[in-house]
Amino acid sequence: MRLPPQPGERLNRERELEFAFHGAKARGFEGDSIASALFGEGQRTFSRSFKYHRPRGLLCCQGTCPNCMVTVDGTPNIRACVTPLAEGMRVEAQNVRGSLDFDLLAVTDKIGGPFTPVGFYYRTMIRPRRLWPLYEKFLRSIAGLGRVDKHRGREQRYDVEHRRAEVLVIGGGSAGREAARRYAGEGRQVSLVEADPARLDAGEGFEVVHGTALGVFEGGLVPVDAGSLLLRFRAGHVVVAAGAVEQPLLFPGNDLVGVLLPEAVRRLVGRWSLKPGDRAVVITADEDALDSVNLLEQAGTEVAEVIDLRETRVRQIVAKGRNGRLASVELDGRKLSCDVLVMSGGRQPSYALLAHASAKVEYDHRRGIFLPVDLPDGLEVVGAAAGDVGDAAVPAATFNGAAKKGKCFVCICEDVTDKDVKRAIAEGFDSIELAKRYTTVTMGPCQGKLCHVPSIRLYARENETDEATIGTTTARPPWQPVELGLLAGRPHEPAQRTSIHHRHKELGATMMWTGTWRRPHSYGDPAGEAKNVHDTLGVIDVSTLGKLLVTGPDAAEFLERLYPNRFGDMKPGRIRYGVLNSDAGRIMDDGTIARLAEDDFYVTTTSTGAGAVVEWFEWWNAIWRLEVEIVDVTGALAAVNVAGPKARELMRRLGDLDVSSDAFTYLDAKHAQVAGVPALILRIGFVGELGYEIHFPSPYGEHVWDTILERGADLGARPFGLEPQRILRLEKMHILVGQDTDSESNVLEASMPWIAKLDKEDFVGKWSLEHVLQRGFREQLVGFEMENGVVPLEGGQIVVDGRPGGRVTSARWSDHLGRAIGMAWVPPGLAEEEAELTIKVDGSVEKARVRLRPFFDPDGEHLRS
Amino acid sequence: MSFLLPCPNCGPRPVDEFTSTGEVTVRPAASPTLRELTDYLYFKRNTAGIQREWWCHRHGCQAWFTAERDTRTNEVLSVEVPAER
Repeated sequence: MRLPPQPGERLNRERELEFAFHGAKARGFEGDSIASALFGEGQRTFSRSFKYHRPRGLLCCQGTCPNCMVTVDGTPNIRACVTPLAEGMRVEAQNVRGSLDFDLLAVTDKIGGPFTPVGFYYRTMIRPRRLWPLYEKFLRSIAGLGRVDKHRGREQRYDVEHRRAEVLVIGGGSAGREAARRYAGEGRQVSLVEADPARLDAGEGFEVVHGTALGVFEGGLVPVDAGSLLLRFRAGHVVVAAGAVEQPLLFPGNDLVGVLLPEAVRRLVGRWSLKPGDRAVVITADEDALDSVNLLEQAGTEVAEVIDLRETRVRQIVAKGRNGRLASVELDGRKLSCDVLVMSGGRQPSYALLAHASAKVEYDHRRGIFLPVDLPDGLEVVGAAAGDVGDAAVPAATFNGAAKKGKCFVCICEDVTDKDVKRAIAEGFDSIELAKRYTTVTMGPCQGKLCHVPSIRLYARENETDEATIGTTTARPPWQPVELGLLAGRPHEPAQRTSIHHRHKELGATMMWTGTWRRPHSYGDPAGEAKNVHDTLGVIDVSTLGKLLVTGPDAAEFLERLYPNRFGDMKPGRIRYGVLNSDAGRIMDDGTIARLAEDDFYVTTTSTGAGAVVEWFEWWNAIWRLEVEIVDVTGALAAVNVAGPKARELMRRLGDLDVSSDAFTYLDAKHAQVAGVPALILRIGFVGELGYEIHFPSPYGEHVWDTILERGADLGARPFGLEPQRILRLEKMHILVGQDTDSESNVLEASMPWIAKLDKEDFVGKWSLEHVLQRGFREQLVGFEMENGVVPLEGGQIVVDGRPGGRVTSARWSDHLGRAIGMAWVPPGLAEEEAELTIKVDGSVEKARVRLRPFFDPDGEHLRS
Repeated sequence: MSFLLPCPNCGPRPVDEFTSTGEVTVRPAASPTLRELTDYLYFKRNTAGIQREWWCHRHGCQAWFTAERDTRTNEVLSVEVPAER
């Protein structure tokens, strides 16, 4: 029921909003929160509790407690009390089986005692073991909050904005505003962050930001939740004016619908002109809560009694309800009927943000509160958060539990009672940090705002010690609930596409990821595409190769130091295969190095390795300071590899270059025009047939590609994808770094000993490789062919004497060879031609023979032709 | 870690723009013993205090530089670009 307009109400009564609650039409005003509109429509029960499915109603009305969490338009766990009402919202209650007023699982509250104490699922339901999956499924279905709709797409876009502030004030109460004014008066650039839309009045000389500070991190980093925008504030100075949180009292029935914290009264009456109930009792341990008495009277609620615990000693408070709604309260046996009970156990300063930034927390015995101390540089605390909360009653008075009947909740988020905490103590959980994890007190949505201090007090009492001895648990961000989407940010899945990408799509290629690159897996017929390379002419886009220019007087020296091979003796116009090693002798990357001129080298890397290789080169040169320039031209140049017996004929048709076998030999690099485009041609053969790798400016990608397919059409030119390339390279036993090697592999054991010129004075990885020689090989990379044609799984196990003794790294069926072939790491004793391998395939074992030389064209006649 | 690291080229930037290869080590002279080699490769000093380390402004100017950082507080005392030859 709505009261007549109240002074200072935040409603626009001119504008009515219609929304739906469980499908039924409901109305509120502009300025209402979802909760206040529902309350105005007579709704008192807002949710069912986590474990016992007890009815729960508004408690804090300020976004702290879990009681009013609802699902709005399919988004779960929306705090109804702080979410503005909007036209057309579809609101639903959570964790309800049946209906809000009659929950089928509320039976756990009646009989639950022996079955649902803290940690019950570790004990009661652990046997018989095989039934646990069943228990787990049931428990998961009944516990918890809202449900995420897994089939819903992304509707919300989240973004990050980086902001700077000389001074950032967190909290727009009077102390926060005062601090902001003061710093602004000194000419500092000040931003003030405030979550409550009712406190966003324009600042006097400072910016007011609507949002919630989630934490205070190193370097003055303060992430602020501003709805779908995360503001990453960097502040020179942070002023925390986060206020204090009114603490609940502990007594049986303290979770009944109708039990309110004072702020709920302030907001219900003051903001939304709602009458909290008919008859109220106010029990407070501090001065601050007494203002609710006036407000209740203003709203027409009869105040039956006001108990100030500082003056009146009450040994026992018991709240009793009917169907979960408060009906009466008994004070030392004296029964007062009421439907509203305002409780306040004093205000606890909100120190969590300061604790994030490594401030210490100490207990103030006199006032019974925890206070932040030892603030690090650049951090300041003002107002209630600094302890300006007045004197509360002796803390012991805030605990009046221990009644025989009725549950006294220490933690309403997780439904933990005083009995649970006592039981944990009895079981030996003597540290508050361990007890927290066992009982889950402070681990629910409120993150301890309402339960941390009461649980410490209870601990102190049960252990016959004081709060200072018990201490606090670690405060961790986020300080307020935050949507995961906001932390995740905008979904980024960067894709790199070559300049020929659209041609592949037009040709019907199936695309796949290789690192961040999109590449054709095949054009629909991997085996046929591979065969075409052997028979006539295949064309593959290799623009994804990393491409670096290494130039300068020291370029040769630089590469000599980085690679185990030799480069100083290379003639301009020649190419060498190179493998990069770490100083621990581990294979990092591989590629070709072409010497274009005395001081100019063109280095290619693997498709995914370009960035790492550039960084690696630059790092070593930061140490060596050689006269060499490293330029990454990966994106600037496209590359197409043409391979097959007809490749030479194709090259003749593409330009004037003399490509006869004498003039352009294997491992030559030449500059020439290809299809009218300036290009660098490398005669190399990753796929085993006569081949030319044409590198040219990427804007000409489609032109060169089209010209090749056009002029090669009658030669049988066909594009081939990555999958046929993998078959072809395996036939040649060419390794794929990262596929056949891992972070432990070295060139010696990977059976490429000719790479490592150990007679060189030094190179990165040399000493480790020398050590490998000294200690002897532990495993070796070899080729194998299966005896019966079965293709083992990559990663499959090699069995040696009945035990795992090696692993398959690559395996494919080769149509050309008519055999199943692969590569594997095996014990050195088996690294001999014809040695027999036993490989696990689908649970059974299959035989294979070791091959040390390439399966196809072992003498390189095709390559060199 | 969310401290600001002063890049010699770009000024103070959030540390997540950078990559680090850890403390500056001394590569042993030719033909080290196995102990010298493994000390260099694997046994870092792991100082609780001021440490010189390599940093690269990966998502910025991509320069490598050394920084003196207090590993206890993440305070960066100085940065230095290796001198040109």
